[in-house]
Amino acid sequence: MTVSFLILAVLTVAGMAAAMGLRNAVHCVLALTVGFAGVAALYLQLGAQFVGFTQIMVYVGAVAILAVFAIMMTHSPTPVQLPAYSSRWAWGIVVAAAVFSVLAWAIRSGTASSQVLPPQPDIDVQQIGEALMHRFVLPLEIMGLLLTAALIGAVVIAMDRKEEPK
Amino acid sequence: MILTPQTFDQIFPIAKLWLLGFVPAGAQPLASAILSVVPVLIAFPLLFAITTWLERKGLGRMQNRLGPNRTGPFGLLQPIADAVKSLTKEDIVPITADHVVHFLAPLVLVAAAFLAYAVLPIGRNMVIVNMNAGVLFFFAIGSTVELSVFMAGWSSRSKYSLLGAMRAVAQMISYEIPMVLATIVIIMQAGSLSTVSIVDKQAGYTGIFPHWYVFTPWGIVGFALFMIAATAESNRSPFDLPEGESEIIAGYYIEYSGFKFALFFLGEYLGMFATSGLAITLFLGGWSAPFSFLAWIPSYVWFFAKLLVLIAAFIWIRGTLPRLRMDQLMNLAWQYVLPMALINMLVAGIWHFMPTGPARWLVCTALLAAPCILLSLALKRKQRFQVRTYRFAE
Amino acid sequence: MVGEGILKGLAETARNFFGSYVSKERLTTLQYPEERLPQIEAARSFPFLVFDGSDWHQGMRCVACQICEKECPPKCILIKKSADKKPDAVGKPQFYPAVFAIDISVCMSCQICVEVCPFDAIKMDVDYDLPTDDRFGGLLFDKHRLAKSNQYYHQIHPTEAAAVDAALAEARTKVEAKAKVAAEARAAAEAKPAPAPQAQPADGESR
Repeated sequence: MTVSFLILAVLTVAGMAAAMGLRNAVHCVLALTVGFAGVAALYLQLGAQFVGFTQIMVYVGAVAILAVFAIMMTHSPTPVQLPAYSSRWAWGIVVAAAVFSVLAWAIRSGTASSQVLPPQPDIDVQQIGEALMHRFVLPLEIMGLLLTAALIGAVVIAMDRKEEPK
Repeated sequence: MILTPQTFDQIFPIAKLWLLGFVPAGAQPLASAILSVVPVLIAFPLLFAITTWLERKGLGRMQNRLGPNRTGPFGLLQPIADAVKSLTKEDIVPITADHVVHFLAPLVLVAAAFLAYAVLPIGRNMVIVNMNAGVLFFFAIGSTVELSVFMAGWSSRSKYSLLGAMRAVAQMISYEIPMVLATIVIIMQAGSLSTVSIVDKQAGYTGIFPHWYVFTPWGIVGFALFMIAATAESNRSPFDLPEGESEIIAGYYIEYSGFKFALFFLGEYLGMFATSGLAITLFLGGWSAPFSFLAWIPSYVWFFAKLLVLIAAFIWIRGTLPRLRMDQLMNLAWQYVLPMALINMLVAGIWHFMPTGPARWLVCTALLAAPCILLSLALKRKQRFQVRTYRFAE
Repeated sequence: MVGEGILKGLAETARNFFGSYVSKERLTTLQYPEERLPQIEAARSFPFLVFDGSDWHQGMRCVACQICEKECPPKCILIKKSADKKPDAVGKPQFYPAVFAIDISVCMSCQICVEVCPFDAIKMDVDYDLPTDDRFGGLLFDKHRLAKSNQYYHQIHPTEAAAVDAALAEARTKVEAKAKVAAEARAAAEAKPAPAPQAQPADGESR
C-alpha cells in the first residue's frame, strides 16, 4: 500500500463515483475518462506497460470518444433537472453490499492473495506478441472477426440508401 | 575536460550528471527527472515561438508579400508581441458555457502535447524516459488530444464550435489509423517498440550512406503516409477545416480568447512538433547524421535540423494547397491512405523475407507503385458530376 | 502523371519564395509610410488656392467672385467677400476673400470649382495624407491652410501649371498691350491740345 497506489486508487474511485453521480451527461463521461486513466495508471504501477498504454489508447482514446459522440448526437445541451438519487435507494444499497461481499470473498479466498509471489520478470511487448500469435491466436482471430462484423454492420446501418440517379 | 566532438555531443548528459552531484542522494531521482524535463519545457515552446515567426514570414514570401517586419529587425520580436497581446486580452467565457470543462480543455491539450515528448530521443543518450513500449505510449497520448478537442467544442455551447469539434474529432480518429499502420511497418523492421532502439538500428552507415528507413521503398511510402496523417492529426492546412478561418471562423475554439487561445495554438504546434519528431525518429534516423563524414556534428543539432526541415515542409504545403472539404478529407483517409498503409505493411513483410539485392528493390517498388497509381486514377475517375438529388425536398 | 498538380503547385510556391528575394515583381508589397506609389498627373484629392510670388495673402489669385461657391454640388465652400480691395497681379484693386473655407469631409472632389473658376485661382491638390483626430474642426480647411504657392502647383501638375501660366502670361501681355495702346492714345490725346495753346506763344508768355 504505497502512497502512489493510494492516490491512484482514490482518483479512480472518485472518478467512477462522479461518473455515476453527476447530473450532466457529458460531465459523467469525462469523469469516467478520469476513472479509465486512473486504471491505466494502476496498470503502469504494476509494471504492465503494454496493458496500461493500450488501456489509454482504447478506453480514453476510443471508448470515451464513442460515448461523447453518442451524447453529442442525442442529448440537448442543457442538463435535465432530474432528482439525483432514485426513490429506491435502500434496495440499491442492499444489492450493492451483496455484490461487494461476494466479490471480496472470491478475491480473498483466491490463491493470489495468500502467497507472496516471486517478482515476475518484465514482460516485454515481443513476448506478448509471440503469445498472441502462438498460444492465443484463435481468440485473436475470433475477436478480429467480431470487430469486422460490427464495423460492417455499423456502416450498413448508417449508410443512407441512395436512390438511383435519374 | 578534453573538448572532443564527443564532448559536444554529450554536453547535456554531462551537464546533468554534474548538476546531480550537488543534490543529496535521497532527492536524486526527483532531481534527475526535473533536470531531464526542464530543457524540453524550455526548448520546444521556444521553437514554437520561432516557428510562428518562420511561418508568417515564409507564408508571406510565398504569397508575394513581406511578412511582419515592423516589430524588431525583420519582425523577429513578433512572437513577443503576440505573447503580450494574448496575455493582456480579456478572457471572455460565454454565460451559457460549461465553465469547468471550458477551463480544462486547453490544459488537457497542452499536458497531452508535452507528455508526448517523453519518448523522443533528441540526441545520443538524450531521451527523457526509455520505455519498452515507447511508440505505443506516444499513440496513447495522441489519442487523448481528441478528447480535449471535444471538450473545447462541447463546452462552448455554440453551434459553430460543436460542428467544428465533431468534424475535428472525426478527422482525428480517421487519420489515427493510417498513422499507426505506417508506424507498424517500422516496428516490424526494427523488432522493438522502443524509440531508442529504433534510432540505434538506423545509426549505422554503409560507405557514406545511412541506414535510415526512409531510403527503402516501404520506408518512403510509409513516411509519406505518416506525414499526411500527421498533418491531419494536427489540424493543419490542407486539413484544417475544423479550424477553418474563413469557413467556420475558428471552429472548436471560437469561444476562446486571450491566453486560452494561445494555449490551444501552443498545443496544436507542440503536437505538430511531436509527430514530426516521431517521424524523424522512425523514418529519418533520429539524431544520426545523413552522411558518415558529417557525424562530428552533435546529434541534437541533427535532430533539430531535421525538425526544421519538416517544419519548412509543413509551411510549404500550407502555402500551396487549398483546404480540403470534409468529405474529400474523409475519402482520402479511408479510401486512399488506409489501403496504401495496409499494402505497405504487406510489402514490408515481402521485403523482410526476400534475400537482399536489387531484386527485392524492384519487386517492392513495383508492388507499391502499382496500387498507388491505380488508386489515384480510380479516385479521380469517381469525380464525375452527378445529378443533384434532394433528400427531403421532393 | 499522378500527383502532378501538387508538384506544380509546390514548384510555383518555391519559385515565389526564392524569387521574392531577387525580383521586384515577385514581391509587390509597398511599405506604406516610407514608400508611396507615384501618382499620375491628373490625380486629385481636394482643392487648394494658388498664390503667385512669396506672400500668400498678397499674391492669392482669388477675387471672391463666389462662382465656385455657387457651383459646388455639396456646397462645401464658404466665401465671405472683403469690404476693401487689394491690388492683384497686374496692379488692379480687387476684392479678396475675407473667409474662404472648404469642409473636406463634405467635398467630393468633383473638380467643378476648378472648372468654373475664371481666374485659375483654385486647383486640385493631390495630397491624400490628411488624417486628423479633431472630428469637427480638423477637416475644415481655412484660407491659410488652403493657400499653396504656384511653385507647388508646378510640382504637382507640371503640364497643367505650365499651360495656366502661359495663358495667364498671354492674358497679361494682352492687357498690358491694351493698356499701352490706351496710355499712348491718352498721351497722344493729351499731347494734341498742347500745340493749340502753343500756337499763340506771345500772348501766353506775355501774360
